[in-house]
Amino acid sequence: MNDKKWIIAGIVVFLALFTFPLWYNMGRAAPAPELILTEKAKAARECVMPEKYMRANHMQLLGQWRHAVVRNSKREFVNPEGKVFTMSLSNTCLDCHSNKADFCDKCHNYASVTPYCWDCHLDRSKENE
Amino acid sequence: MERTRRNILKLFGISALGVSVKPVFNAFASEAGHLTGYRMEKGKNALKARQWAMVIDTRQFHSPDDLKPLIDACHQAHNVPDFENKNHEIKWIWEEEYHHAFPNKTTQFLNEAVEHRPFMVLCNHCENPPCCRACPTKATFKRKSDGIVMMDFHRCIGCRFCMAACPFGSRSFNFRDPRPGIPRLNRKFPTRTRGVVEKCNFCAERLAVGKMPYCVEASNGALAFGDLYDPDSTVRQLLKENYTIRRKQGLGTEPSVYYIV
Repeated sequence: MNDKKWIIAGIVVFLALFTFPLWYNMGRAAPAPELILTEKAKAARECVMPEKYMRANHMQLLGQWRHAVVRNSKREFVNPEGKVFTMSLSNTCLDCHSNKADFCDKCHNYASVTPYCWDCHLDRSKENE
Repeated sequence: MERTRRNILKLFGISALGVSVKPVFNAFASEAGHLTGYRMEKGKNALKARQWAMVIDTRQFHSPDDLKPLIDACHQAHNVPDFENKNHEIKWIWEEEYHHAFPNKTTQFLNEAVEHRPFMVLCNHCENPPCCRACPTKATFKRKSDGIVMMDFHRCIGCRFCMAACPFGSRSFNFRDPRPGIPRLNRKFPTRTRGVVEKCNFCAERLAVGKMPYCVEASNGALAFGDLYDPDSTVRQLLKENYTIRRKQGLGTEPSVYYIV
């Protein structure tokens, strides 16, 4: 055990390097992005479901929409208040939330998720391009 | 096991427990809508059929120019790309000559009018679709509610088994990103992405809002569309009054697209 000092020094250096990203970024967490609503979305007051539900479950809801529309040929969504919506990402969601870059992308980037919706579905705010 | 009062009571208890498992299981397996109070429905204007079918009166098509408006209407609305390279070609509707469309219904000396007539071909929405049996992910499936052979692009893994299984060549594979090949995007309808198979969907999105398919609308009456199992439907009337043929009928896939020749 003559190499004790080298081994311990090595471990210390390794741990320092390994945890570098943690302590380097400590206390510098990026602030959570603010949701920006369009005028139309503000005027509507409520989304297809209550805001709390949408924040937590919009991805599951979209998954169920997709299943209902494509596989069960059901295209209308009746929310608990009895309001009817067409189940469509591009034509219903993005109709109100026409600011995809501010509304969808900001949060998704912050949370480091890359949903593949936009590989096929189109952003209608770019209609005139 | 000894048939004592105690054992029989035990057996009853276990059976009751077993019977009560099913409703609990169903509750967990059902969609979350039951817990959150929403529901999903068919639109009021949605057209309904047991099996959608098309009758094409080929006598009304004389040159490729007659077919072009139909193909353009479909391809523009559905964001079907137009690539020059034949290997990358995507088609929902296309033109075929008689010998290729009906290879087992030709004779040595064929009626000339028929031989030179352009035939519009598309997915046949077979009643017994071999593509759906080949699909390992059920991305393509026979929709029970209206008989349309649908594609769920979210599920398609691009294995192309369905293309091998389809005897009509109705399916195209996106070897490259289709968006650069689309001259004018219809932003109301999604495009596809690289690595999925696509084909005609009998305009399921239009039937759901009470409209006829794009090609039927653009055909000036040369195409009829309706329920194959409704004896009063327009397609059944046409089938009753005209001699019709179907593509490769001997294979037993039961195509739903009929041709008046």
